[in-house]
Amino acid sequence: MDREILRDAILHALGAVIDPELDEPITDLGFVHTVDVDPSGDVEVHLRLPTSFCAPNFAYLMASDAKDVLTALDWVNRVVVELDDHHDSELINKGLAADAGYRGTFGHEAEENLDELRVTFQRKAHTAAMERCLTALLKADPQRPVEALGEVRLRDLPPGTATSSLLRRRRDIGLSTAPYDLVMVDHLGNGYAPDDVPLMLRRARSTRISIDGNAHFCRGLLRTRYPESDQEQQRTLVGRNARS
Amino acid sequence: MYRKDGTSYFIVDAHVALWDARPENQRNIHGKQFIDCFYDYHRNLSPEAEVWSYEDYLYQGGQRLMKDLFEDGYVDHAIFQPAQLGEFYYKGFGQTDEASELARAHPDKLTYNHNFDPRNGEAGLDQLRDDARRFGLKGVKLYTAEWHGDSRGWRLDDPWAYRYFEACRELGIRNIHVHKGPTIRPLDRDAFDVADIDHVASDFTDLNFIVEHCGLPRLEDFCWIATQEPNVHAGLAVAMPFIHTRPKYFGQIMGELLYWIGEDRIQFSSDYAIWTPRWLVEAFVDFQIPAELDEYAPITTDQKRKILGLNAAKMYDIPVPAELQIPSADEPAVGPRGADNLVEA
Repeated sequence: MDREILRDAILHALGAVIDPELDEPITDLGFVHTVDVDPSGDVEVHLRLPTSFCAPNFAYLMASDAKDVLTALDWVNRVVVELDDHHDSELINKGLAADAGYRGTFGHEAEENLDELRVTFQRKAHTAAMERCLTALLKADPQRPVEALGEVRLRDLPPGTATSSLLRRRRDIGLSTAPYDLVMVDHLGNGYAPDDVPLMLRRARSTRISIDGNAHFCRGLLRTRYPESDQEQQRTLVGRNARS
Repeated sequence: MYRKDGTSYFIVDAHVALWDARPENQRNIHGKQFIDCFYDYHRNLSPEAEVWSYEDYLYQGGQRLMKDLFEDGYVDHAIFQPAQLGEFYYKGFGQTDEASELARAHPDKLTYNHNFDPRNGEAGLDQLRDDARRFGLKGVKLYTAEWHGDSRGWRLDDPWAYRYFEACRELGIRNIHVHKGPTIRPLDRDAFDVADIDHVASDFTDLNFIVEHCGLPRLEDFCWIATQEPNVHAGLAVAMPFIHTRPKYFGQIMGELLYWIGEDRIQFSSDYAIWTPRWLVEAFVDFQIPAELDEYAPITTDQKRKILGLNAAKMYDIPVPAELQIPSADEPAVGPRGADNLVEA
């Protein structure tokens, strides 16, 4: 296989790594700086973030997820993933190289694991996806009483990216995606009484605004920090195997 | 004072700094990383004509601060909110002596708030008592992501922090400005979590907790907490400059804050020297929530006057000419209070 095909396979695999806070793949966010891969299957990937002070637990999650998805490819041999220009780069890169795991990497600062952190943000992503679907219904039919949104079922949603995105996020947090399931539910699948629906929709809206706002700000900061990443956010990477 | 279309706006810049990030003050690479991060914020969110050179950005000095705020920036009163960052800078980031002397020379224009770190234990408590006397403190600025030896962060509900809040109570320090940075402890959980504010605001109802950058990047968690705690306020540091680059997002932030916490608990700031107040004040007075966001009511002139200065002036007993005063809104102390247009969203 030639390098371009290998590189695209690596990028495709990295597309499964999500920034939990922004709910977008690291490849779309421009966080993959370089991908170097040779025909023997040795891969080296460098990641970078919008600031040196991005939260190190998220930074570690993305970098270790990246290493995991690449190691899982059967044709890949040696995998190096490094995080560049972060205040904890040295610590995180050492931990990744040694496969030291979360606790082995952070020592006394780590308690157990980052599972709860991941779940917290999967729930927020679900809340935001739910709000997008319900607000779209309201915009399409302004006469619809807000309280009635609590009765909307998955099968009532029009096909499209907002709906498929909601279904994916429901699966992420273990919710069923049967046609008769209610759309407006908490993370356990419980619906809301009609009186509570307007406030819950408002709360969900603030979550959606927050996630969208952060994602936009992070993209902008990445461009300011690495001006050449302006084109890259479409092109995805530079480096030895850059797309020409 | 800023005047436009026959209306006068009393301006309080509730979060300013006099910092020194020059290379000779940088203790290590993190000192450079920190100011570079600020500079990227500055470059990313400022109008082109307002972007400073990197050299200018490293250090401004008192004279330039006075000009940027009071001669050019329409500011009537500004409040220093210094960050210590002793692990990154030899003399600290915020310049205590220079800023406090400036405030002493211009008491009508400047208030000096200081900081504390509960990880300093008993010695820090003694220091806080000395500082309260020395600076006549009405407020403190707390940065929970401060590094301190082996520890890279603390929480407002740590037992030692409670000892410090009890001391604040006793010393008449009423206004607790909180900057939630990326706190590394506990690393397992969200670094920007604002839940500790909920606990401490419930336990110290006689103190005001002003959450800087209105909890960003956790606006939603902040709004949910602030709507339930009458002593939690929103500082607009870092949120303000979105008015230029992303007016729609800024409109959403303002719409959310007005809905969840109301017009009496939001405070303007430029976050000088990350940005300068002149263009922010001008832009805010001209600002209106974009028409496409019809789920929010328009912002009124009186709401702008409160946010730009009257709210912070009230909290800090800063004298405001009688003709510029506006009564508090007739809003509930807790729960959503904004005019809402949900049905038409």
